[in-house]
Parts: sequence; structure tokens; C-alpha cells
Amino acid sequence: MSAPDPVLSAHELAASLVSGSRTAVQLAEDCLARVRERDPAVGAFLSVDGAKILEAARASDERRARGAPLGPFDGLPVGMKDVIAVKGEPLTCASRMLETFVAPYDAHVTERLRARGLIPFGRLNMDEFAMGSSTENSALGTTRNPVDADFTPGGSSGGSAAAVAAGMVPWSLGSDTGGSIRQPASFCGVVGLKPTYGRVSRYGLVAYASSLDQIGPMAHCVEDAACLLDAIAGPDVRDSTSWREAPPSFAEAAARGPDRPLRVGLPKEYFGEGLDAEVEASVRAAVETLAAQGCEISEISLPHTEYAVPVYYIVATAEASSNLARYDGVRYGHRAEGAADGIDLYFRSRGEGFGSEVKRRIILGTYVLSSGYYDAYYLRAQKVRTRIREDFIKAFETVDILVTPTAPTPAFRRGEKTDDPLSMYLADIYTISANLAGLPCLSVPCGKTQSGMPVGVQFIAPHFAETTLLQAARLYESARG
Amino acid sequence: MKNDNAMDIDYVARLARVALSDEEKATFAKQLGDVLGYFEKLKEVDVDGVEPSAHPYEVSNVWRADEPGPAFTVNEALANAPARRDGQVVVPKVVEDA
Repeated sequence: MSAPDPVLSAHELAASLVSGSRTAVQLAEDCLARVRERDPAVGAFLSVDGAKILEAARASDERRARGAPLGPFDGLPVGMKDVIAVKGEPLTCASRMLETFVAPYDAHVTERLRARGLIPFGRLNMDEFAMGSSTENSALGTTRNPVDADFTPGGSSGGSAAAVAAGMVPWSLGSDTGGSIRQPASFCGVVGLKPTYGRVSRYGLVAYASSLDQIGPMAHCVEDAACLLDAIAGPDVRDSTSWREAPPSFAEAAARGPDRPLRVGLPKEYFGEGLDAEVEASVRAAVETLAAQGCEISEISLPHTEYAVPVYYIVATAEASSNLARYDGVRYGHRAEGAADGIDLYFRSRGEGFGSEVKRRIILGTYVLSSGYYDAYYLRAQKVRTRIREDFIKAFETVDILVTPTAPTPAFRRGEKTDDPLSMYLADIYTISANLAGLPCLSVPCGKTQSGMPVGVQFIAPHFAETTLLQAARLYESARG
Repeated sequence: MKNDNAMDIDYVARLARVALSDEEKATFAKQLGDVLGYFEKLKEVDVDGVEPSAHPYEVSNVWRADEPGPAFTVNEALANAPARRDGQVVVPKVVEDA
């Protein structure tokens, strides 16, 4: 796999469309050619409807020819994780359960993309129902890390990260419940951003754990991530957890940079046992770069960090067991043949339609909510969740932003953790807390290991402080060179 | 490994309405026993007087105007149904013959 073509950064492509040096149809054809050429080795896409993409590109070129483009990004393709609804396209969640499901409506983010002339491009592979950290739980395809095919791309948004890293699309959307945007971004060497909970509407995002799920951008650079966040963020009455205030322009804020030296906190719990030495060296070098840019660095403590993984796997599986109860084999989704009665249909359709990890999480979530165990597991986890959030609020009294490794290791080998769910769950140890607390965060590439695998550094900001998040990440990215 | 955290997998699978094979039951019981063992860590945390969080930050009720809008046609609503007839979803018989 050749290195991604740098010309595929979204803002540069947009400039070329504006200047007329290329058309949207040429760009779409170029991306489709790259998918044909490169995706057999990567496996990022579950499907791509080339005819529909070219039709949308022609419409974009016509708007530009009339002098009426729908904004600066009109005509740019956006890769879509197969958990986000695009009307008339498959919405499989990489599950046998939804293998033939066609989305009957657009997600809010899809409506917003279309309103800006952006073109939904293909359906990207993922762990089934976004449950997993390597994309190996997909029931419908195998995705390999574009940097080295023996390694996983991370997950669950592994297809979204790999498609960008391999240069097949300039940017993509993923979803992040416990690290599913940031960890694959780190593993594949791209930028991945999880917005503040509520910043982006979840309408049309297939639910996994509703108090944690957020849609976010994956891109080649921080500036592109800011531009795509501008496109998708904003209030929506159809998601009651959608934040009601309109967001500022993130792209402008990122370009402007911080107006005073940033106070950067390093949570000591994120630099302890289990952190790979090469990852630590890369992240510490990134911190040095920030210090050289005038940031004030201090060590802080998030004392409840070690409880984040157990809290997450109780809260997330409990919510999943409830959300996934809708797959009953009746109204949509897989239906078992020859069921004796309605209940038998329910049992067997779910037994056949769901893969192992989904069943495992449904069972676990059902158990922690069941009579006799609710207080010991679910209620206690919700209380510890409060403690975890309080840790962050206290930390942000003295610092503007936190910097940590995104994942404890670089990408791991395919098959390495598939038989050991607990070890797979621990791959999320640095990303989960931000979901539990609802904080905006992103991963930026900060180097490579000796064997050439990418490493990401994570930035975490206070609620709704995406502006600070992007400014800090951009400051680092510019100085990194 | 001794497992003090065994769950009654048959009972939980029944609650969850998921048919599991014997092999799945054996594998899940072992794996989830390990996971539940790991959850024991939470007992170390002092949570006396701590409010549980169901949400990442405080939100009160959110309302929107209840206004009629475009809705699916019957065909659109049934487009993904595994079996349909006469504008309705077909399901196995749920009522005994009289």
C-alpha cells in the first residue's frame, strides 16, 4: 500500500473545486478508482453505489456552473460508517441482523451533509453494532490496517479510519461510544474527533449505548476535522439530548489559534502500567512540542481512572441490552425460518442474527440490570460514573486541556485478542472516560513505532470546548510538521 | 481458574430473548465470569451519598412542539418487513384456535 496522497486533504480538494481546476465528477471518479484499486487489500467498504455518487457529483457541478454552490465543500465525498442512515442505502451495522435493511430516512448528519452539497460515499465496515475495538466483529467483511495488512485498523470505526488512511476518501464519519473514532484514528494514523455528548444529533444513528454514543469526523488533518464538525454539529429537535445552542464556527476557531498560552494537564494515571514504551515516548515528545509552543505543562490526577473500564462495560451493555431489544424478527431485520410461535421467533431470530460479541454484551447487560444484581452492578456503576465526571471537572479548574495517549499500544495483530474479550475491552482504557463524562476529545497522529505503526496522542477538553480542543490539536499539528 | 462469578446463563439468555447454542453458553459463561470478576473492582469505590449519573451532564426535560409532519406511507413503513400481506406484517400465529 502506497502512502496516502496528500492532495486528498479535504480543504485542498475543496479549493480545487472552487477554483475550477477539477470538477466534482472528476473527484468522485478518482475516489471510485481508488476504491477499486486499493480496497481489495484494505476492505474498508461494505458497499459503494458508484452511480448514485456520480449523479450527486454531476448535480454539484451544475450548481457550481450556475454560481450557486451549497457552500465551500459542495461536491466533496464523505465516507459513511454503516451505522449512520442514508436514505435508500444499506444500513447493516455490519450485522447479519440488518444485512438486507435499507435506510428509510436520512440521519440528521446526512441531511446536514446534503444541505452543504457533501456526497455520502459508500458504507464503511465496523464492528457489529459498533461493539468492538478491532473491526474483527464485523459479520460482513474483514478490514485490514492500510499501514500493514497483518494488523487490525482498530474499531469500531475501523472502515472509516482505514478508508481515509488509504486515501480512498478525503474524510469520513464514524461513531464513538467508548473510543470507536479515536482508537482506530490512532491505529491508522489519521485525526479522529468525538464531539461533546449532545453536540451532534444522534437521530439516524443506530443506537448502541444512548448516553455515550456520538458521531464525529475522521480526517487527514485537524483543519479538515474542524470543517466536517462544522458541517454536522447543531441542534435537532428529534434527539432530546441534542444541545440546543448553535455551535460557533470550529474551522475559524482552529485557524485562529489559542488567544493565550494553554495550560496542559497530564493525568498521571494515563502514563502508568500497561502503557507501551514506544507509545509513551511518542506522546511525551508531543508534550515537549506543546511546551516549546508556550503551553504550560503540569501533572494532574484523575483518581477514578482505573474504574472507567468496568463502569463502561456495565453502563454500555445495560443500555445495549435495552436498545437491541427492538430486533425481534417481526418488523424488520433477520427472521428465523419455521418458528413455532411469536416468542420462538424472537429467540431464534436473535440467536441467528447477532454475532458473538453482540450476544455477549446483550447477556452481560441483561444480567447487570436483572433483579438482585441491579444495585450491585448498574446502580453502583452509575455512581462511579459521577465520580469519574467529577474528577474531570476538578481537573479543568486548573488546566484548559488534557493530553494523554489515545491507546495503550499501537495497532495489534489480527486475531490476537479475538478469543479474550477482557483483553479487548482493556484496549479502550484511555478513551472510555471521556465518553462517560461526555467530554469532547480527539486523536492526532504523533509518530510511528520502529516497525512503522502509527501512534496517536489524545486531547480532552471541557464540555462544549471543542474550540479549545481544536486549537490545541492544531497548535501541536503545525509544530509537529 | 476458579470462578466465583458464574452467572446462570440459561436464565439470563431467557430474559434477553436470545437463543444460544450449548457451545455459546459454555464459552460466554467462562468469559463473562472473568469480566464479572473484573467488575469487582468497583466495590473499592466509596459511593456513599453519590448521585448516580444516567447522563453525561445535567439536562432537564426537553420538549418540542407536537406538530403533524410528513410520515411514512404504509409501503415505506413495511419496506424492511421480513413478511407482509395486505399492508400488514405477517407473524406466526399467536392465538390458539378456538
